[in-house]
Amino acid sequence: MNKRILAKWISLVCLIGALSIIPQLTQAQDDLMNMLQDATEDSTEINYTTATFKTTRIVTGHSIELPAAGVLQFLIGHRFGRLNAGPYEFFGLDQATMRLGFEYGVLDRLTVGVGRSTFEKTFDGFGKYKLLRQSTGGRKMPVSLVYFTSVALNSLRWAEPERENFFSSRLSYTHQLLLARKINDGLSLQLTPTYVHHNLVPTTLDKNDIYAMGAGFRQKITKSITINGEYFYLLPDQVVTKEVFNSASLGIDIETGGHVFQLHVSNSRAMIEKMFITETTGDITNGDIHFGFNISRVFTLKRKDPAEKKKW
Amino acid sequence: MGINLKIFFTLFLTGMCLQAMAQDKLFTRTGTIKFVSEAPLENIEATNRQVASIIDKKTGEMRVIATIKSFYFERAAMQEHFNEKYMESDKYPTASFTGRITNLQDINFLKDGKYDATVLGDLTIHGVIHQQIVKATITVAGGQVSATASFPVVVQDYQITVPRIVRDNIARQVEVSVVMKYELINK
Repeated sequence: MNKRILAKWISLVCLIGALSIIPQLTQAQDDLMNMLQDATEDSTEINYTTATFKTTRIVTGHSIELPAAGVLQFLIGHRFGRLNAGPYEFFGLDQATMRLGFEYGVLDRLTVGVGRSTFEKTFDGFGKYKLLRQSTGGRKMPVSLVYFTSVALNSLRWAEPERENFFSSRLSYTHQLLLARKINDGLSLQLTPTYVHHNLVPTTLDKNDIYAMGAGFRQKITKSITINGEYFYLLPDQVVTKEVFNSASLGIDIETGGHVFQLHVSNSRAMIEKMFITETTGDITNGDIHFGFNISRVFTLKRKDPAEKKKW
Repeated sequence: MGINLKIFFTLFLTGMCLQAMAQDKLFTRTGTIKFVSEAPLENIEATNRQVASIIDKKTGEMRVIATIKSFYFERAAMQEHFNEKYMESDKYPTASFTGRITNLQDINFLKDGKYDATVLGDLTIHGVIHQQIVKATITVAGGQVSATASFPVVVQDYQITVPRIVRDNIARQVEVSVVMKYELINK
């Protein structure tokens, strides 16, 4: 047996042995953590932006927020009379209009809702679908986009029962695109192009199809309180026989456990799109301001852990 | 000494080295961390089933990482508040633990049985680091190593502020329980 070959073998064995030890020697504490991070970090994972707004409304108009799948939201909105009504009307608090509504998350991206407003005894039904979700990570999406559609049914007795009235005359439709971006932890902005169709308008001078552009924001003040504002600009010469104004609202959101309280002032009195966007009669410069609030409460009817589902 | 024997000897030694490298670490990415908050107005619990952990059997070093957004709550609103208001999970996306089993000599990873382990290390939650001693139970059964532990976490210690309005909804101290089923790393 050649000694040289034996020596070669031994040195090879030593070399392999030494090499195998190297990773253990260089393995400082953090390498173990890095190993764990490498094993768990998934660059394709999509991180969806949450809590762009505290609730499903900015003030009166819808925000891009939807209740999660299986969550039922009960929403009560109140708008009082005008502040400039003076002390005799207790600054508007003697007159209140309200809307009661339920909305349900059929899917995380789909909501349906119904409501009843005392204002013009109006029933409304709506659907909301989230088309795009703002996200970072594996898929970068700068904005969230929601399609909103609603139908409103005015159930007042006919003003002129002696003439022929059509049921369709009671109906109005609204379509909106809600385009929002959570700029940072505190500030979120939303644009809301709006189209409203009234089946019946007072005169032929008034347009059946009405276009408006809405804009809204929220800014966090503390973790539980935000300032919100929204404005709907009505394109001119659409509503002619009635003097109407652009809807402007400013409010705060106060969030407690399962409730969100929204307190605000607005020149609009009604709480559904076709009314506050196209039929606001309050003139801010004249002090026609209504105090109002929304209270929302969520009930979880059913829910499933997505991680639990993955196992099956 | 024949040449075949030498080749065998070399391969055997090399194999041992590689084996040792692969088998001295235990790993999981489906560990469970659950916490329970018991407060006068309500009890809240949340579960994260996608926790990653690694144990170096040789040194007793242990690491755990949990993604905050993977904690699942029964109520969607709670989950949103947890991430948005309390944990600030966009700013601090994970909680982690860097520690060491201090009584490694008492644990035989090759023999079936239940072993009490004391793990000493740093727990990082909400970007704040605190030393934590955790009494854990390591169970070896048919080569499968699992670990369970539970310990309290004082919310205030990690600079998580609870607004006064929900003070009766959220406990000052939450009970955390951990269940891990480890596998050998096979690379």
